[in-house]
Amino acid sequence: MSQQPTLGAATGPSVDGPPVAGSEISGAAVRPGDRVFRGLTVAAGATVLVIMAAIAVFLVYRSVPALRDNTVNFFTFSQWLPDQSPVQFGIAALLFHTLVTGVLAMILAVPVALGVALFITFYAPRRAAAGLGYLIDLLAAVPSIVYGLWGFAFLAPHLSGLTLFLDKWLGWIPLFDYQLQNRPNNLTDFTAGIILAVMILPIISSISREVFRQVPREQVEAALALGATRWEMIRTAVLPFGKAGAVSASILGLGRALGETLAVTIVLSNVYGISWHLTQTGGVTFASNIALKYGEAGDTGTGALIASGLCLFVITLAVNFSAQLLIGRQQRKVA
Amino acid sequence: MAVSTGSRTGTPPARPSLRGHRLPRFAPAGFAVAAVLVTLLLWATTGFAGRAGFVVAAALLYAVLQTAVSFGVEGRRQAMDRLFTTLVTVAFLVAAAPLVLIIWYTVKEGAGALSGTFLTHSMFRINPDNPGGGIYHAIVGTLIQSALATVIAAPLGVLAAVYLVEYGGRRRFARAVSFFFDVMTGVPSIVAGLFVYAFWILALGFQKSGFAGSLALLILMLPVIIRSSEEMLKLVPNELREAAYALGVPKWRTILRVVLPTALGGIVTGIMLGVARIMGETAPLLLLVGINQRIEFNPFAGTVAQVPQESLPTFIFEQFQLAAGNTDSEPFKRAWGAALVLIIIIGLLSALARLIARFARVRG
Repeated sequence: MSQQPTLGAATGPSVDGPPVAGSEISGAAVRPGDRVFRGLTVAAGATVLVIMAAIAVFLVYRSVPALRDNTVNFFTFSQWLPDQSPVQFGIAALLFHTLVTGVLAMILAVPVALGVALFITFYAPRRAAAGLGYLIDLLAAVPSIVYGLWGFAFLAPHLSGLTLFLDKWLGWIPLFDYQLQNRPNNLTDFTAGIILAVMILPIISSISREVFRQVPREQVEAALALGATRWEMIRTAVLPFGKAGAVSASILGLGRALGETLAVTIVLSNVYGISWHLTQTGGVTFASNIALKYGEAGDTGTGALIASGLCLFVITLAVNFSAQLLIGRQQRKVA
Repeated sequence: MAVSTGSRTGTPPARPSLRGHRLPRFAPAGFAVAAVLVTLLLWATTGFAGRAGFVVAAALLYAVLQTAVSFGVEGRRQAMDRLFTTLVTVAFLVAAAPLVLIIWYTVKEGAGALSGTFLTHSMFRINPDNPGGGIYHAIVGTLIQSALATVIAAPLGVLAAVYLVEYGGRRRFARAVSFFFDVMTGVPSIVAGLFVYAFWILALGFQKSGFAGSLALLILMLPVIIRSSEEMLKLVPNELREAAYALGVPKWRTILRVVLPTALGGIVTGIMLGVARIMGETAPLLLLVGINQRIEFNPFAGTVAQVPQESLPTFIFEQFQLAAGNTDSEPFKRAWGAALVLIIIIGLLSALARLIARFARVRG
């Protein structure tokens, strides 16, 4: 790194001026090498800010022309026809299915992930705990596209029974009503939600595990010493402490689910419509729309895709922001 | 800690336990056997069928049975405790099941495709619908693109982490940077891909290439490296820094010669986990890396004459699309073979990272 011609320093105990007054420990003295090295690290840190800003700027800049050509309302129109002569595209369907699959994934994943975190932190034998945690973290190492293949070839065919079961017993709820006559193929929001749930499970459980591990030891032991059962200890000592952390972990999981691309692209059957029947064929999300349409997109089409990407960026940013703010509050509580 | 040796020989007290009536230790096993037997009976005599349903029914029966009996014998509090223990354990099993299923299914489907030819040949002049061909070109592309991304992201990430730990302190700029690192972790991979597409290809006028893919991977990798390096640098004991300062070593040399070497093992682990994370990324590569049947070692190739590099994830998706939903076709088999190879590469990388982490802990 900084190969500066100021290497004469550090040849012995140097007697410089009085140490710089400051709250942190500063080095013995500030030398030119220090300034250069410090500058390098600041630049590296600033790069991240620059990249984040550049993402926003370039996405906005590239989407404006397409948005200007658009003849329908971007937010309420549900079809995607940007390269036709009246330019028409809107994100209504994309937004709907992105949120539905993401929320479904969160509903399915959060209880299981919190259960896993509690199991590993308080129930599993000490020796096995680290290994079991590693096992769950492995789920995060499986590539998105493999989840997609698996969902398409294994999960979807095996879900037909469940779809018909839900239709039979819970069919009075529109969500589970299966109106078609053929055997369900399950390339649906429902299947996508299940796969996303599996994908976001490890992140939710690993963050909650961190939080649960920080629960003050004294409170756990005090609860047990007062005769509480393990469940009562968790209810009185762990959950009140870890609530904020668990909530923000879930929100981070939601953010992950909203932007997931390939698994959803493969499983959903790409229908631009809004339907509450989760188990019926259909669905397209921000990410899957981009993955499927980029190849055939013309100039306006590309701009339109970038505009939808911008929406996805803003949504995930908002979601992550709120989660980070919650975590910050939690950390202040610990400190 | 006084060891009493007196009343060892006395008979055990006959009074009831202080904690009231308890179920015997073998009770859970007994309930489990009972639940399975009853479910078997149900499945044999009534119209219920299916393996998944069987497991669910048996688990439900077990939970209900145990809670009810415990409620009667031990009271409400113990019953609740047992119910919650069951729930938590079931949650873990539910989470582990998909992992096992995915690995099992990938190995089952992919092992058939693996062969020497598959690993050492490209798809050049192979009709995708016929057997044959391989993924060598895709493996080469993925390795080169990941390596390029790492070469750029690793120094940048480590330097940024050094800033946060050694210089930042509680300065406002440092806190802003730290906050945005966390937010950056959540940037969807397809958005990173779109950004590089808008910036590198549309604005700067370059063509699709392996390098464009690396740029997107680097954005996804950076926050992972920064976070893990930061954790490792924080573990370096302050005494080491103070000792160096006391010897008159300037701060920058202290960092380069004392702090970084001490934390090196952990930093390398973090970088490798970052690599493992981005190797499976498909979405940005779909936008930025081309489709190529040939072996291409040059990541900057991106003209009409030189088609850009292929990569393993995009190869899988391409074959999946060629299969057009037919799970028995040659492209689909090839996709599974490539998926298995990708998982093996990622698995090896993370295993190696853990190994390094074990042997090169931060020494204090």
